[in-house]
Amino acid sequence: MAVTLFLPTVLARLADGGTLRSEGGTVGEVVANVAERFPQLAPRLRDENGDPYAFVTFYLNDEDIRFSGSFAAQVKDGDELTIVPAIAGG
Amino acid sequence: MTSTTSTVAPELSNEEIFRYSRHLILPEVGLEGQKKLKRARVLLVGVGGLGSPAALYLAAAGVGTLGLVDFDVVDATNLQRQVLHGTSAIGKRKLDSARERIEDLNPNVHVEAHETSLTSRNALEIIGTYDIVIDGTDNFQTRYLVNDACVLLGKPNVYGSIYRFEGQASVFATKDAPCYRCLFREPPPPGLVPSCAEGGVLGVLPGIIGTIQTTEALKIILGIGETLEGRLLLVDALRMKFRTLNLRKDPTCPACGTHEITELIDYEEFCGVRQAAAADAAAASAVPEITPTQLAARISRGEDFDLIDVREPHEWEIARIPGARLIPLATLVEALPTLDSAREIVVHCKGGGRSARAVQQLQASGFRKVWNLAGGITRWSDDVDPSTPKY
Ligand SMILES: [Zn+2]
Repeated sequence: MAVTLFLPTVLARLADGGTLRSEGGTVGEVVANVAERFPQLAPRLRDENGDPYAFVTFYLNDEDIRFSGSFAAQVKDGDELTIVPAIAGG
Repeated sequence: MTSTTSTVAPELSNEEIFRYSRHLILPEVGLEGQKKLKRARVLLVGVGGLGSPAALYLAAAGVGTLGLVDFDVVDATNLQRQVLHGTSAIGKRKLDSARERIEDLNPNVHVEAHETSLTSRNALEIIGTYDIVIDGTDNFQTRYLVNDACVLLGKPNVYGSIYRFEGQASVFATKDAPCYRCLFREPPPPGLVPSCAEGGVLGVLPGIIGTIQTTEALKIILGIGETLEGRLLLVDALRMKFRTLNLRKDPTCPACGTHEITELIDYEEFCGVRQAAAADAAAASAVPEITPTQLAARISRGEDFDLIDVREPHEWEIARIPGARLIPLATLVEALPTLDSAREIVVHCKGGGRSARAVQQLQASGFRKVWNLAGGITRWSDDVDPSTPKY
Protein backbone atom coordinates (compact mmCIF):
# COMPACT_ATOMS: atom_id res chain seq x y z
CA MET A 1 0.00 0.00 0.00
CA ALA A 2 1.25 3.50 -0.78
CA VAL A 3 1.00 5.83 2.20
CA THR A 4 1.94 9.50 2.62
CA LEU A 5 3.84 10.41 5.80
CA PHE A 6 3.79 13.89 7.29
CA LEU A 7 6.72 14.87 9.50
CA PRO A 8 6.97 18.00 11.66
CA THR A 9 9.78 20.36 10.60
CA VAL A 10 11.96 19.25 13.51
CA LEU A 11 12.04 15.74 12.02
CA ALA A 12 11.84 16.77 8.35
CA ARG A 13 15.47 17.90 8.57
CA LEU A 14 16.44 14.26 9.12
CA ALA A 15 14.69 13.12 5.93
CA ASP A 16 14.36 14.74 2.51
CA GLY A 17 11.46 16.99 3.48
CA GLY A 18 8.31 16.91 5.55
CA THR A 19 6.18 14.86 3.15
CA LEU A 20 7.39 11.34 2.42
CA ARG A 21 6.02 8.45 0.37
CA SER A 22 6.21 5.04 1.92
CA GLU A 23 4.98 1.48 1.43
CA GLY A 24 3.72 -1.29 3.67
CA GLY A 25 0.71 -3.28 4.80
CA THR A 26 0.74 -1.98 8.39
CA VAL A 27 1.77 1.25 10.08
CA GLY A 28 4.81 -0.56 11.46
CA GLU A 29 5.92 -1.58 7.96
CA VAL A 30 5.36 1.91 6.61
CA VAL A 31 7.51 3.33 9.44
CA ALA A 32 10.18 0.65 9.00
CA ASN A 33 10.40 1.48 5.28
CA VAL A 34 11.10 5.14 6.07
CA ALA A 35 13.46 4.27 8.93
CA GLU A 36 15.54 2.18 6.54
CA ARG A 37 15.77 4.97 3.98
CA PHE A 38 16.62 7.65 6.56
CA PRO A 39 18.85 6.16 9.28
CA GLN A 40 19.11 9.49 11.15
CA LEU A 41 15.33 9.73 11.36
CA ALA A 42 14.87 6.11 12.49
CA PRO A 43 15.68 6.55 16.21
CA ARG A 44 13.28 9.51 16.43
CA LEU A 45 10.34 7.41 15.17
CA ARG A 46 10.67 4.17 17.13
CA ASP A 47 12.83 2.57 19.81
CA GLU A 48 15.59 0.04 19.21
CA ASN A 49 13.05 -2.82 19.33
CA GLY A 50 11.06 -1.15 16.58
CA ASP A 51 8.22 -0.21 18.97
CA PRO A 52 6.58 3.23 19.19
CA TYR A 53 7.67 5.65 21.91
CA ALA A 54 5.25 7.00 24.52
CA PHE A 55 6.15 10.56 23.46
CA VAL A 56 5.63 10.29 19.69
CA THR A 57 2.03 9.79 18.59
CA PHE A 58 1.09 8.44 15.16
CA TYR A 59 -2.16 9.41 13.48
CA LEU A 60 -3.51 7.30 10.65
CA ASN A 61 -5.65 9.81 8.79
CA ASP A 62 -7.23 11.60 11.80
CA GLU A 63 -7.08 8.78 14.36
CA ASP A 64 -4.49 7.78 16.96
CA ILE A 65 -3.13 4.35 15.95
CA ARG A 66 -3.00 3.15 19.56
CA PHE A 67 -6.75 2.62 19.37
CA SER A 68 -6.54 0.49 16.21
CA GLY A 69 -3.65 -1.87 16.92
CA SER A 70 -0.67 0.51 17.12
CA PHE A 71 2.08 -0.47 14.65
CA ALA A 72 0.00 -3.54 13.64
CA ALA A 73 -2.80 -1.29 12.35
CA GLN A 74 -3.62 -2.04 8.70
CA VAL A 75 -3.19 0.72 6.11
CA LYS A 76 -4.97 1.30 2.81
CA ASP A 77 -3.70 2.85 -0.41
CA GLY A 78 -3.77 6.63 -0.10
CA ASP A 79 -3.79 6.70 3.72
CA GLU A 80 -2.01 9.54 5.49
CA LEU A 81 0.22 9.01 8.50
CA THR A 82 0.93 12.10 10.62
CA ILE A 83 3.70 12.02 13.20
CA VAL A 84 3.20 14.20 16.28
CA PRO A 85 6.12 14.38 18.71
CA ALA A 86 5.79 15.89 22.18
CA ILE A 87 7.08 19.47 22.32
CA ALA A 88 7.19 21.65 25.40
CA GLY A 89 8.12 25.19 24.36
CA GLY A 90 6.11 28.07 25.72
CA MET B 1 0.65 34.90 48.12
CA THR B 2 -2.88 35.81 47.38
CA SER B 3 -6.33 36.05 48.82
CA THR B 4 -9.01 33.97 47.17
CA THR B 5 -11.78 36.44 47.85
CA SER B 6 -12.41 38.22 44.61
CA THR B 7 -12.65 41.97 44.84
CA VAL B 8 -14.57 42.01 41.56
CA ALA B 9 -18.14 43.30 41.78
CA PRO B 10 -20.65 41.21 39.84
CA GLU B 11 -22.43 44.08 38.09
CA LEU B 12 -20.97 46.07 35.21
CA SER B 13 -20.39 49.80 35.68
CA ASN B 14 -21.31 52.26 32.93
CA GLU B 15 -17.60 52.56 32.13
CA GLU B 16 -17.42 48.78 31.65
CA ILE B 17 -20.59 48.69 29.54
CA PHE B 18 -19.06 51.28 27.22
CA ARG B 19 -15.63 49.58 27.20
CA TYR B 20 -17.09 46.17 26.32
CA SER B 21 -19.69 47.46 23.85
CA ARG B 22 -18.31 45.37 20.95
CA HIS B 23 -18.84 42.28 23.10
CA LEU B 24 -22.24 43.35 24.37
CA ILE B 25 -23.67 43.68 20.88
CA LEU B 26 -22.57 40.13 20.04
CA PRO B 27 -25.61 37.98 20.83
CA GLU B 28 -23.28 35.10 21.81
CA VAL B 29 -21.73 37.24 24.54
CA GLY B 30 -24.19 39.98 25.54
CA LEU B 31 -24.58 41.40 29.02
CA GLU B 32 -24.88 37.96 30.63
CA GLY B 33 -21.75 36.70 28.89
CA GLN B 34 -19.79 39.78 29.86
CA LYS B 35 -20.80 39.25 33.50
CA LYS B 36 -19.62 35.63 33.22
CA LEU B 37 -16.27 36.94 32.01
CA LYS B 38 -16.13 39.35 34.93
CA ARG B 39 -16.87 36.58 37.44
CA ALA B 40 -14.32 34.23 35.84
CA ARG B 41 -11.00 33.37 37.48
CA VAL B 42 -8.32 32.24 35.00
CA LEU B 43 -4.85 31.05 35.98
CA LEU B 44 -1.91 31.57 33.63
CA VAL B 45 0.95 29.21 34.41
CA GLY B 46 3.87 31.13 32.93
CA VAL B 47 3.73 34.67 31.56
CA GLY B 48 6.24 34.17 28.78
CA GLY B 49 5.62 33.52 25.09
CA LEU B 50 2.19 31.88 25.38
CA GLY B 51 1.17 33.68 28.56
CA SER B 52 1.84 37.14 27.08
CA PRO B 53 -0.94 37.21 24.45
CA ALA B 54 -3.19 35.24 26.80
CA ALA B 55 -2.80 37.82 29.59
CA LEU B 56 -3.35 40.74 27.19
CA TYR B 57 -6.47 39.36 25.49
CA LEU B 58 -8.04 37.94 28.66
CA ALA B 59 -7.55 41.31 30.36
CA ALA B 60 -8.87 43.21 27.36
CA ALA B 61 -11.89 40.87 27.21
CA GLY B 62 -12.76 41.72 30.79
CA VAL B 63 -11.96 38.47 32.61
CA GLY B 64 -12.39 39.57 36.22
CA THR B 65 -9.49 37.80 37.89
CA LEU B 66 -6.21 36.75 36.34
CA GLY B 67 -3.87 34.60 38.39
CA LEU B 68 -0.25 34.65 37.19
CA VAL B 69 2.37 32.08 38.17
CA ASP B 70 5.94 32.99 37.29
CA PHE B 71 9.21 33.59 39.10
CA ASP B 72 11.30 34.80 36.18
CA VAL B 73 12.86 38.19 35.48
CA VAL B 74 12.43 39.92 32.10
CA ASP B 75 15.47 39.37 29.90
CA ALA B 76 16.25 41.14 26.61
CA THR B 77 15.99 37.82 24.73
CA ASN B 78 12.35 37.51 25.89
CA LEU B 79 11.21 40.61 24.01
CA GLN B 80 11.31 38.98 20.55
CA ARG B 81 8.06 37.16 21.47
CA GLN B 82 6.88 37.99 25.01
CA VAL B 83 4.82 41.01 24.01
CA LEU B 84 3.49 41.59 27.51
CA HIS B 85 6.88 42.97 28.51
CA GLY B 86 8.68 46.03 27.15
CA THR B 87 12.27 47.20 26.96
CA SER B 88 11.82 49.29 30.12
CA ALA B 89 10.91 46.08 32.00
CA ILE B 90 14.28 44.39 31.43
CA GLY B 91 15.57 43.24 34.81
CA LYS B 92 12.15 43.55 36.46
CA ARG B 93 10.14 40.62 37.75
CA LYS B 94 7.80 39.35 35.03
CA LEU B 95 4.93 39.46 37.50
CA ASP B 96 5.47 43.18 38.17
CA SER B 97 5.83 43.97 34.49
CA ALA B 98 2.70 41.92 33.73
CA ARG B 99 0.68 43.59 36.46
CA GLU B 100 1.60 47.09 35.25
CA ARG B 101 0.70 46.30 31.66
CA ILE B 102 -2.58 44.58 32.58
CA GLU B 103 -3.63 47.38 34.92
CA ASP B 104 -2.94 49.91 32.19
CA LEU B 105 -4.86 47.86 29.64
CA ASN B 106 -7.87 47.26 31.87
CA PRO B 107 -7.95 48.52 35.48
CA ASN B 108 -11.12 46.48 36.09
CA VAL B 109 -9.05 43.28 36.09
CA HIS B 110 -7.91 41.97 39.44
CA VAL B 111 -4.41 40.47 39.17
CA GLU B 112 -3.31 37.78 41.61
CA ALA B 113 0.45 37.28 41.46
CA HIS B 114 1.97 33.96 42.55
CA GLU B 115 5.72 34.46 42.56
CA THR B 116 6.77 30.85 42.63
CA SER B 117 7.34 27.92 40.37
CA LEU B 118 4.38 25.55 40.28
CA THR B 119 5.32 22.46 42.29
CA SER B 120 3.67 19.29 43.55
CA ARG B 121 3.41 21.00 46.94
CA ASN B 122 1.56 24.15 45.85
CA ALA B 123 -0.21 23.22 42.60
CA LEU B 124 -3.50 21.92 44.01
CA GLU B 125 -3.81 24.88 46.36
CA ILE B 126 -3.06 27.47 43.67
CA ILE B 127 -5.06 25.89 40.83
CA GLY B 128 -7.94 25.00 43.15
CA THR B 129 -9.15 28.60 43.44
CA TYR B 130 -9.43 29.14 39.66
CA ASP B 131 -11.98 28.06 37.03
CA ILE B 132 -9.63 27.47 34.11
CA VAL B 133 -5.89 26.97 33.68
CA ILE B 134 -3.86 28.12 30.68
CA ASP B 135 -0.69 26.09 30.36
CA GLY B 136 2.04 28.39 29.07
CA THR B 137 4.99 26.59 30.61
CA ASP B 138 8.17 25.70 28.79
CA ASN B 139 9.09 22.29 30.14
CA PHE B 140 7.68 18.78 30.33
CA GLN B 141 7.72 18.40 34.10
CA THR B 142 5.43 21.40 34.65
CA ARG B 143 3.15 20.29 31.80
CA TYR B 144 2.58 16.88 33.43
CA LEU B 145 2.15 18.60 36.79
CA VAL B 146 -0.46 21.03 35.41
CA ASN B 147 -2.23 18.14 33.67
CA ASP B 148 -2.43 15.87 36.71
CA ALA B 149 -3.50 18.71 39.00
CA CYS B 150 -6.25 19.73 36.56
CA VAL B 151 -7.47 16.13 36.24
CA LEU B 152 -7.53 15.72 40.04
CA LEU B 153 -9.37 19.01 40.49
CA GLY B 154 -11.61 18.68 37.42
CA LYS B 155 -10.43 22.01 35.97
CA PRO B 156 -10.11 22.57 32.21
CA ASN B 157 -6.47 22.68 31.13
CA VAL B 158 -6.11 24.85 28.03
CA TYR B 159 -2.96 23.45 26.49
CA GLY B 160 -0.55 25.07 24.05
CA SER B 161 2.98 24.18 23.12
CA ILE B 162 5.43 25.55 20.56
CA TYR B 163 8.70 24.71 18.88
CA ARG B 164 10.42 26.61 16.04
CA PHE B 165 7.57 27.08 13.50
CA GLU B 166 5.04 24.61 14.87
CA GLY B 167 2.50 24.56 17.63
CA GLN B 168 -0.06 22.33 19.29
CA ALA B 169 -3.21 23.28 21.18
CA SER B 170 -6.04 21.44 22.88
CA VAL B 171 -8.40 21.54 25.85
CA PHE B 172 -7.70 18.77 28.33
CA ALA B 173 -9.26 17.41 31.50
CA THR B 174 -12.83 18.65 31.14
CA LYS B 175 -15.48 16.15 32.18
CA ASP B 176 -15.33 13.68 29.28
CA ALA B 177 -12.30 14.99 27.42
CA PRO B 178 -8.96 13.21 27.25
CA CYS B 179 -5.96 14.63 29.09
CA TYR B 180 -2.35 15.38 28.18
CA ARG B 181 -1.30 11.90 29.30
CA CYS B 182 -3.86 10.37 26.90
CA LEU B 183 -1.90 12.09 24.11
CA PHE B 184 1.64 11.55 25.39
CA ARG B 185 1.85 8.84 28.03
CA GLU B 186 5.43 9.74 28.94
CA PRO B 187 7.81 12.64 28.30
CA PRO B 188 10.80 12.21 26.01
CA PRO B 189 14.12 11.69 27.77
CA PRO B 190 15.78 15.03 28.65
CA GLY B 191 17.92 16.40 25.85
CA LEU B 192 16.08 14.62 23.02
CA VAL B 193 13.68 17.50 22.33
CA PRO B 194 15.52 20.84 22.42
CA SER B 195 13.86 23.75 24.24
CA CYS B 196 13.06 27.02 22.46
CA ALA B 197 16.21 28.44 24.08
CA GLU B 198 18.26 25.80 22.26
CA GLY B 199 16.21 25.27 19.10
CA GLY B 200 14.73 28.73 18.56
CA VAL B 201 11.16 29.81 17.94
CA LEU B 202 9.56 32.21 15.49
CA GLY B 203 8.52 35.14 17.68
CA VAL B 204 4.97 35.36 16.40
CA LEU B 205 4.27 31.63 16.89
CA PRO B 206 3.45 31.92 20.62
CA GLY B 207 1.19 34.79 19.55
CA ILE B 208 -0.77 32.43 17.30
CA ILE B 209 -0.96 29.55 19.78
CA GLY B 210 -1.47 31.77 22.85
CA THR B 211 -4.41 33.55 21.22
CA ILE B 212 -5.90 30.17 20.28
CA GLN B 213 -5.63 29.11 23.92
CA THR B 214 -7.25 32.39 24.95
CA THR B 215 -10.08 31.87 22.45
CA GLU B 216 -10.75 28.44 23.95
CA ALA B 217 -10.71 29.83 27.51
CA LEU B 218 -13.20 32.56 26.58
CA LYS B 219 -15.50 30.01 24.88
CA ILE B 220 -15.40 27.78 27.96
CA ILE B 221 -16.32 30.72 30.23
CA LEU B 222 -19.08 31.84 27.90
CA GLY B 223 -20.30 28.30 27.21
CA ILE B 224 -20.40 28.90 23.46
CA GLY B 225 -19.14 27.13 20.36
CA GLU B 226 -17.13 23.94 20.10
CA THR B 227 -13.86 23.86 21.96
CA LEU B 228 -10.79 21.75 21.19
CA GLU B 229 -11.89 19.14 23.75
CA GLY B 230 -11.14 15.75 22.19
CA ARG B 231 -9.17 17.33 19.38
CA LEU B 232 -5.52 18.27 18.90
CA LEU B 233 -4.85 21.32 16.76
CA LEU B 234 -1.55 21.28 14.87
CA VAL B 235 -0.29 24.58 13.46
CA ASP B 236 2.50 24.76 10.91
CA ALA B 237 3.34 28.44 10.48
CA LEU B 238 5.91 27.77 7.76
CA ARG B 239 3.43 26.10 5.43
CA MET B 240 0.51 27.91 7.11
CA LYS B 241 -1.40 24.72 7.65
CA PHE B 242 -3.90 24.15 10.41
CA ARG B 243 -5.08 20.64 11.08
CA THR B 244 -7.10 18.96 13.84
CA LEU B 245 -6.72 15.33 14.83
CA ASN B 246 -9.11 13.34 17.00
CA LEU B 247 -8.00 12.71 20.57
CA ARG B 248 -9.50 9.86 22.49
CA LYS B 249 -9.68 9.28 26.18
CA ASP B 250 -7.30 6.41 26.90
CA PRO B 251 -9.00 3.95 29.29
CA THR B 252 -5.54 2.94 30.53
CA CYS B 253 -4.45 6.56 31.18
CA PRO B 254 -3.15 6.64 34.76
CA ALA B 255 -4.55 10.14 35.30
CA CYS B 256 -8.02 10.26 33.76
CA GLY B 257 -8.57 6.59 32.84
CA THR B 258 -7.67 4.24 35.69
CA HIS B 259 -7.27 7.15 38.16
CA GLU B 260 -4.25 5.44 39.67
CA ILE B 261 -2.70 8.89 40.05
CA THR B 262 -4.50 10.00 43.20
CA GLU B 263 -2.00 12.64 44.24
CA LEU B 264 0.72 14.70 42.60
CA ILE B 265 4.03 12.92 42.08
CA ASP B 266 7.67 13.98 41.73
CA TYR B 267 7.63 15.36 38.18
CA GLU B 268 11.36 16.00 37.92
CA GLU B 269 11.89 12.33 38.70
CA PHE B 270 9.13 11.32 36.26
CA CYS B 271 10.72 13.41 33.48
CA GLY B 272 14.23 12.20 34.30
CA VAL B 273 15.41 15.76 34.90
CA ARG B 274 17.41 15.11 38.05
CA GLN B 275 19.00 11.96 36.67
CA ALA B 276 20.01 13.83 33.49
CA ALA B 277 21.47 16.75 35.45
CA ALA B 278 23.55 14.34 37.52
CA ALA B 279 24.76 12.54 34.38
CA ASP B 280 25.66 15.88 32.74
CA ALA B 281 27.58 17.00 35.79
CA ALA B 282 29.44 13.69 35.91
CA ALA B 283 30.26 13.90 32.19
CA ALA B 284 31.44 17.51 32.48
CA SER B 285 33.70 16.77 35.44
CA ALA B 286 35.20 13.81 33.57
CA VAL B 287 36.30 16.05 30.69
CA PRO B 288 39.51 18.09 30.88
CA GLU B 289 38.71 21.81 30.83
CA ILE B 290 40.41 25.06 29.96
CA THR B 291 38.95 28.46 30.91
CA PRO B 292 38.51 31.25 28.35
CA THR B 293 41.18 33.28 30.15
CA GLN B 294 43.65 30.40 29.89
CA LEU B 295 42.72 29.94 26.23
CA ALA B 296 43.31 33.63 25.51
CA ALA B 297 46.72 33.40 27.20
CA ARG B 298 47.66 30.39 25.06
CA ILE B 299 46.58 32.23 21.90
CA SER B 300 48.51 35.37 22.80
CA ARG B 301 51.64 33.29 23.52
CA GLY B 302 51.32 31.96 19.96
CA GLU B 303 51.04 28.34 21.10
CA ASP B 304 50.34 25.76 18.44
CA PHE B 305 47.04 23.92 18.89
CA ASP B 306 43.72 23.39 17.08
CA LEU B 307 40.57 25.21 18.20
CA ILE B 308 37.36 23.49 17.09
CA ASP B 309 33.89 25.01 17.25
CA VAL B 310 31.18 22.32 17.33
CA ARG B 311 28.19 24.67 17.06
CA GLU B 312 25.85 24.97 14.06
CA PRO B 313 26.70 27.14 11.02
CA HIS B 314 23.97 29.70 11.90
CA GLU B 315 25.57 30.15 15.32
CA TRP B 316 29.00 30.54 13.70
CA GLU B 317 27.49 33.39 11.63
CA ILE B 318 26.52 35.23 14.84
CA ALA B 319 29.83 35.04 16.67
CA ARG B 320 33.09 33.14 16.57
CA ILE B 321 36.43 32.92 18.36
CA PRO B 322 39.34 33.93 16.08
CA GLY B 323 41.30 30.96 14.78
CA ALA B 324 38.52 28.44 15.34
CA ARG B 325 37.47 25.82 12.80
CA LEU B 326 33.78 24.97 12.48
CA ILE B 327 32.86 21.28 12.76
CA PRO B 328 29.20 20.95 13.89
CA LEU B 329 28.83 18.20 16.50
CA ALA B 330 26.65 16.07 14.22
CA THR B 331 29.45 15.96 11.60
CA LEU B 332 32.32 15.35 14.01
CA VAL B 333 32.54 11.64 13.23
CA GLU B 334 32.93 12.32 9.50
CA ALA B 335 35.56 14.99 10.21
CA LEU B 336 37.72 12.73 12.40
CA PRO B 337 40.11 11.74 9.56
CA THR B 338 40.91 15.44 9.05
CA LEU B 339 42.02 15.86 12.68
CA ASP B 340 45.51 15.06 13.99
CA SER B 341 45.45 13.21 17.32
CA ALA B 342 49.09 14.12 17.87
CA ARG B 343 48.15 17.81 18.15
CA GLU B 344 46.53 19.53 21.12
CA ILE B 345 42.85 20.31 20.57
CA VAL B 346 40.52 22.73 22.36
CA VAL B 347 36.80 22.27 21.64
CA HIS B 348 34.12 24.88 22.26
CA CYS B 349 30.39 25.47 21.73
CA LYS B 350 27.93 28.05 23.08
CA GLY B 351 27.92 27.07 26.75
CA GLY B 352 30.17 24.03 27.15
CA GLY B 353 27.63 21.17 26.96
CA ARG B 354 27.91 20.08 23.35
CA SER B 355 31.67 20.54 23.37
CA ALA B 356 31.94 18.27 26.44
CA ARG B 357 30.19 15.56 24.41
CA ALA B 358 32.56 16.27 21.52
CA VAL B 359 35.58 15.89 23.82
CA GLN B 360 34.21 12.53 24.96
CA GLN B 361 33.73 11.43 21.34
CA LEU B 362 37.30 12.46 20.53
CA GLN B 363 38.65 10.65 23.58
CA ALA B 364 36.73 7.53 22.54
CA SER B 365 38.43 7.78 19.14
CA GLY B 366 41.88 7.79 20.68
CA PHE B 367 42.52 11.53 21.04
CA ARG B 368 44.43 12.14 24.27
CA LYS B 369 45.23 15.88 24.24
CA VAL B 370 41.72 17.37 24.16
CA TRP B 371 40.23 20.14 26.33
CA ASN B 372 36.74 21.54 26.66
CA LEU B 373 36.36 25.33 26.79
CA ALA B 374 34.48 25.91 30.08
CA GLY B 375 31.40 28.07 29.58
CA GLY B 376 31.86 28.18 25.80
CA ILE B 377 31.80 31.30 23.67
CA THR B 378 29.34 32.90 26.11
CA ARG B 379 31.96 32.93 28.88
CA TRP B 380 34.62 33.93 26.31
CA SER B 381 32.51 37.05 25.75
CA ASP B 382 32.15 37.62 29.51
CA ASP B 383 35.76 36.99 30.52
CA VAL B 384 37.94 37.75 27.49
CA ASP B 385 36.34 39.68 24.62
CA PRO B 386 33.12 41.60 25.41
CA SER B 387 32.85 42.58 21.73
CA THR B 388 31.84 38.97 20.96
CA PRO B 389 28.02 39.00 20.64
CA LYS B 390 26.08 36.80 23.06
CA TYR B 391 22.92 35.06 21.94
ZN1 LIG C 1 -5.80 10.93 30.34
